[in-house]
Amino acid sequence: MSGIAVSTTINGDEVEYLCQADETLLDVLRDRLEMTGTKEGCGTGDCGACSVMVDGRLVCSCLVLGAEVQGSTIETIEGMADGADLHPLQQKFIEHAALQCGVCTPGFLIAAKDLLERNPNPTEEEIRFGLAGNLCRCTGYDKIVRAVQDAAQEMKG
Amino acid sequence: MQYERPETLKDAVGLLSNSKGKAFVLAGGSDLLVRMRGEYIDPDVIVDIKNVKGLDQVAKTAKGFSIGAAVPCAELGENKALKKAWPGVVEAANLIGSKQIQGRCTISGNLCNASPAADSVPALVAAGAKAVIAGPGRKRRVAVEKIVTAPGKTCLEKGELIEAIELGKQAARSGDAYLRFIPRTEMDIAVASAGVNLTLDNKGVVKSARVALGAVAPTVVLVKDAARAIIGTKLEEEALDKMALACAKACNPIDDKRGTIEFREKVSGVLAQRAAKIAYARAGGK
Repeated sequence: MSGIAVSTTINGDEVEYLCQADETLLDVLRDRLEMTGTKEGCGTGDCGACSVMVDGRLVCSCLVLGAEVQGSTIETIEGMADGADLHPLQQKFIEHAALQCGVCTPGFLIAAKDLLERNPNPTEEEIRFGLAGNLCRCTGYDKIVRAVQDAAQEMKG
Repeated sequence: MQYERPETLKDAVGLLSNSKGKAFVLAGGSDLLVRMRGEYIDPDVIVDIKNVKGLDQVAKTAKGFSIGAAVPCAELGENKALKKAWPGVVEAANLIGSKQIQGRCTISGNLCNASPAADSVPALVAAGAKAVIAGPGRKRRVAVEKIVTAPGKTCLEKGELIEAIELGKQAARSGDAYLRFIPRTEMDIAVASAGVNLTLDNKGVVKSARVALGAVAPTVVLVKDAARAIIGTKLEEEALDKMALACAKACNPIDDKRGTIEFREKVSGVLAQRAAKIAYARAGGK
């Protein structure tokens, strides 16, 4: 098929793909690369379910074109665990039951990881503001906030 | 649809000028992609300006700062020198959307999207910022308040794009601030907003001021009468009351479920008063 040739690095692996001009990075990840860990919620940048890191910046992959990330480094939820070893945030989300349906979870984990890397010791308020771009319709957020607080404690060692 | 990623400003301008159909500039995409998805626009060409040399930089110049059109707002918040000189502009830029949106959105895009409620615009207008416009003709510098002509409309001609927003050097004993009212605590669009920039003399009297209001008229408005009300004062209550009155008079708001006309008129004045007090304190006034 014809399309725009893009080479990029995803979770440390060099990845090349062809995409159409109007395809989003989210479309590419899910439909072309079969990396369905990143979820589509609203598709308009309101819910954060499709959060990924592009060149060290937290973004909504629904608001990035697949063609835009030529030469970029992308991190998705698939790269968060180290083999069978879960990231502390993933572990704490399970322990605190910080999810129900799970659609928002990958986005929350990516955003929370970015938050803790920038601010290893956030207050509850900083966590709530920092994760305001991620919507959850199941948990009421409390369990998510507690899981992030607990993970922050553990990551400090 | 065609996607282009030029590496020079000349090529970007060429693509925008010579396009047969509808050409759109893509910087952060946080408005453009939403409008595409909602089928409000159907571009024939998208010109991604993020690879144009220099547009991804905040440069400290002899005259102040030049913020490239592709610099995401998150980066403004991380720029200590800019934050120190223009805290009001930076706080306004950092109120746009979520962390995810911050990672992409730009102040040039916020301006060109031409929403009456754009958060960064009142702060930029108060700061006296200028937009540097590149195009097929000569490069021109236009005051930010002159860019937006109506909701969704700008004075940019075919082939033109904003390459940078310029902020001057903040004068001694000066401060700026931006405040907005939203019904939630974050992630919302302003119902009313105010940006204030002022300079004091060595006795703490306001020597010069600029007051701009957002979301209370079809475009952001520079309210000269509000500035006049506080010039020559130390923001005494009487001066602040006059300022609020001038703000209410300058409003020409819509009446909707998010805020009635009366509410927007009242709140714009309150926000301007509070922003003025913050700017005053930042300028070193007591």
